[in-house]
Amino acid sequence: MAREKQPRANLLLGTLDMLILRTLAWGPAHGHQIGKHIQRSTDDYLQMQHGSLYPALHRLERKGWIVSKWETAPDRNREFKYYRLTEKGRKQLVVEESQWKQMTEAVARVMWPAAEES
Amino acid sequence: MRWWQTKKRHADLERELQSDLELEEEEQREGGLSGEEAHYAARRAFGNTALIREQTRSVWFGAWIESFMRDLRFGFRGIRRNASSSVFAILIVGLGIGGASTVFSVVNALLLRPLPFREPGQLVWISNGETYSTQAEHFVDLREQNHSFSDLAGWSGYYRTGNMELTGAGEPERLTSVPVTGNLFALLGVEPAIGRSFTKEECEGKYSAPPAVILSNSFWRRRFASDPDVIGRALTLDGRPATVVGILPVSFDFASVFAPGAPVDAFIPWPLADKTKPQGNTMAVVGRLKPDATIASAQAELTTLAKQLETQHPDRNTIKPRLVPLEKHVSGQVRPALVVLMCAVGVVMLIVCANVSHLQLARMAARQKEMAMRAALGAARFRLLRQILTENVVLSCCGAALGVVLTIAGTRALAHLNTVELPLLATIRVDGSTLAFMILAAVASGVLFGLAPALHVSRNRLRDGIQETGRASTGSREHGWFRDGLVISQFALACVLLVGAALLMQSFLHVLDVNLGFRPERAAALRIDPSFRISSYARQNAFIDQVLDRTRAIPGIVAAGIADVLPLDGDRSWQVGAKGQVYDKNNHPEAYIRVVTDGYFDALGVPLKTGREFSASDRATSEPVVIVNESLAHTLWPGQNAVGQIMTQDGGRRVIGVVGDVHHGGPERLGGNEAYLPMRQTGDYAAMHLVVRTTLPPSSLATSIKLALRPIDPNLPVTDFQTLQGLVDKVVSPRRFLVMLLSGFAGFALLLASLGIYALISYSVHQRTKEIGVRMALGASSWLVRRSVLAKTLRLASPGIAVGTVASFLMSRWIQSLLFATAAVNPAVFSVVSLLLCTVALIAAYIPARRASRIDPMRALRTE
Repeated sequence: MAREKQPRANLLLGTLDMLILRTLAWGPAHGHQIGKHIQRSTDDYLQMQHGSLYPALHRLERKGWIVSKWETAPDRNREFKYYRLTEKGRKQLVVEESQWKQMTEAVARVMWPAAEES
Repeated sequence: MRWWQTKKRHADLERELQSDLELEEEEQREGGLSGEEAHYAARRAFGNTALIREQTRSVWFGAWIESFMRDLRFGFRGIRRNASSSVFAILIVGLGIGGASTVFSVVNALLLRPLPFREPGQLVWISNGETYSTQAEHFVDLREQNHSFSDLAGWSGYYRTGNMELTGAGEPERLTSVPVTGNLFALLGVEPAIGRSFTKEECEGKYSAPPAVILSNSFWRRRFASDPDVIGRALTLDGRPATVVGILPVSFDFASVFAPGAPVDAFIPWPLADKTKPQGNTMAVVGRLKPDATIASAQAELTTLAKQLETQHPDRNTIKPRLVPLEKHVSGQVRPALVVLMCAVGVVMLIVCANVSHLQLARMAARQKEMAMRAALGAARFRLLRQILTENVVLSCCGAALGVVLTIAGTRALAHLNTVELPLLATIRVDGSTLAFMILAAVASGVLFGLAPALHVSRNRLRDGIQETGRASTGSREHGWFRDGLVISQFALACVLLVGAALLMQSFLHVLDVNLGFRPERAAALRIDPSFRISSYARQNAFIDQVLDRTRAIPGIVAAGIADVLPLDGDRSWQVGAKGQVYDKNNHPEAYIRVVTDGYFDALGVPLKTGREFSASDRATSEPVVIVNESLAHTLWPGQNAVGQIMTQDGGRRVIGVVGDVHHGGPERLGGNEAYLPMRQTGDYAAMHLVVRTTLPPSSLATSIKLALRPIDPNLPVTDFQTLQGLVDKVVSPRRFLVMLLSGFAGFALLLASLGIYALISYSVHQRTKEIGVRMALGASSWLVRRSVLAKTLRLASPGIAVGTVASFLMSRWIQSLLFATAAVNPAVFSVVSLLLCTVALIAAYIPARRASRIDPMRALRTE
């Protein structure tokens, strides 16, 4: 049911934004590269859904965190839409990283309290 | 790329997706898949591209607007598809909104919009107890001594239509001019459009010879074709020069605020210190409160001041200042009527909504399958609901578009009704707030009548919709009670409106039935003041004799007389007394004074009760005489014969006759005391109206009278010839206006209610075709079938009528204040309305009933 999907998608949405920003911190990339990169970095643990990738890219662009431009790829004679991190996006990445850290630490403290004490 | 460059963005997204899809395909091929397999694998990896596209786009333009546009398109498509029922719905919504907005524009002009003055909230109307006006001397003292008002101003309430004569260049013409205090325009916050207001010197001249004049904008446009050079020119007013010093702006229409139905042409300065001006209570007073003063504090102060003035000046008239906010004074009298009208249009709109709702419900039933299919294909219920609501709002907005046209036409017509005595009527127009009201009305009614069908669909089990076959619709039967409810409520609402309209109609008829004390039919009046100055009684009486002789010689004229005021007008009153009687100062008898000639009572149709009428020989040289009406005879000489008694007026006047009372304040009010002085014995009057009674239609006489009078005075400006019936019509015009509008609404409501019940009964007959077929096959006669259909109709109509009767019973007390000689709780009216509604319901249901009784059993059964 569509209704149940909604909360999980939202959670992913937030993290996906962060992952895209992090990927672009390495340098400009087009949509396909970003997807593949995330997939490969997590050893295919995170299966990239194109369905959420493109809306996410466009959303980040609208917020002004990334910009896009059609450019010819260095290795082949074709134009791709390259996304690039903006200064605003870089700051956002820092914010999201620290938030993510805080959250995982908080979750970890609940999940494995013993490990924390030792 | 901007967010609104949708086309470009779509293309860009398309290109991006395409390029990535190709990349994916290449990779799959590198992974060892064949061309076609790689193609499909890439597509699979991408998933639903259409969905991706849609979701990505929605990032940019918000899905909301896009789907709204789609709903809008669907809405228009739906309207086109069901052209006939849509046209019908648009028509009744348009009529409803048009009517409602027209009434709103009236309410807006009269009650909501501020008066066209500077800070109108500070303006106060100051009357003198029950009477309209205050003595000028009191005004001067109040103005100097009070601390609550930044200023007081006033004008002469004594002015009459056509009280001044303009001669010189162009046609001679009678003007209506109002003497005003010099500060009136400044106090109201009205700046002359051209020129200036009166100076102090101009306000200190002679009453009879105003040195300056300010023209109203409409008169300036009409007479001088908007020539700005008229400023500084001298006009000949009543034979004396007066310089035009200012032109008032278009926005200031004195008459429409203070004297509806009687346009004013010019304003002249009113010298308050001049002893030759009319004495007594002649002044209408307005004041502007200081910012820190309230009505209550000002009232308290003026009351104290007035008491002091009364003790200081025992020679003056009594004064009892009564303060009312000016806005309330202007619109107060029409407020109850407008509230009733506003409620009436509200009720009409409800009926319209119920009717269209019913219509749309039937349409939804037909679209059950379509909706179910949409839901099955993944449309969320909320989307369906929203789509239906949008469709209905689109429908009602189309109706509103029609309504705009009707409202513009309606307000134009109303603004030009200058025979109706309603204030501010000329300012009625379609403005921003009227349009806002219409949009609101359209959206609200669209949602209101769309809600039922929308909920009907979303609540219905959609799966059933697909499986459902034929006409045995379970869904609609579930909602049968709702349809019934819609029809019942239409009848209830229509009943309320009809009762209200019938009560007002009855009251209006009672008003028309009032014996006014004179017979307006076949009588007419004409203003005939001579253009020369009347210098002696001999000259005046010679003029009167000539006018009457010549007029009476015209074929068709039965009687003719002259009077200073016409019936239903004039409130000049004097203290009067019987000779030898001492009266308490605070309770002195008063009488309205009319100055008339012989023949007046015959011409007007006022019956002589005892004694004799004036004759041509009651002249300045003969014994001073007077005629009183029955009320005054009773007041001054209770239980005695008034004829032969002496009244103290003018050093003693002998009463020679008693005539019947005339309703001078309008049909609803009793006439009060009246004393008639013979015109040949006095010069104390402001106008000469020739009143004639004829055997011919009065309007055909204007020319022959003008021709007959021309030799006496070639410059006689015989302009405003009016029938007395016209005067009566004007007085009852606000009532007629209300009755006409309300009857129109009630008729519309009745029509809608009958259409509603017709639609419902047709629908139910259609649904029960099989059942009726079976019953007829089993031997039910067509008469029996017809009877059962009609019985169902009555079962629906009667609870509606019952509820409506109770509601109108509760509300009728509420319109009691608008009724004249009519009981609000009126069994006769209630039963006539109920009967009417039942009859209309049966007539409306007769067509489907006859159709039911002609159902062919065999065919009905075979269709299943």
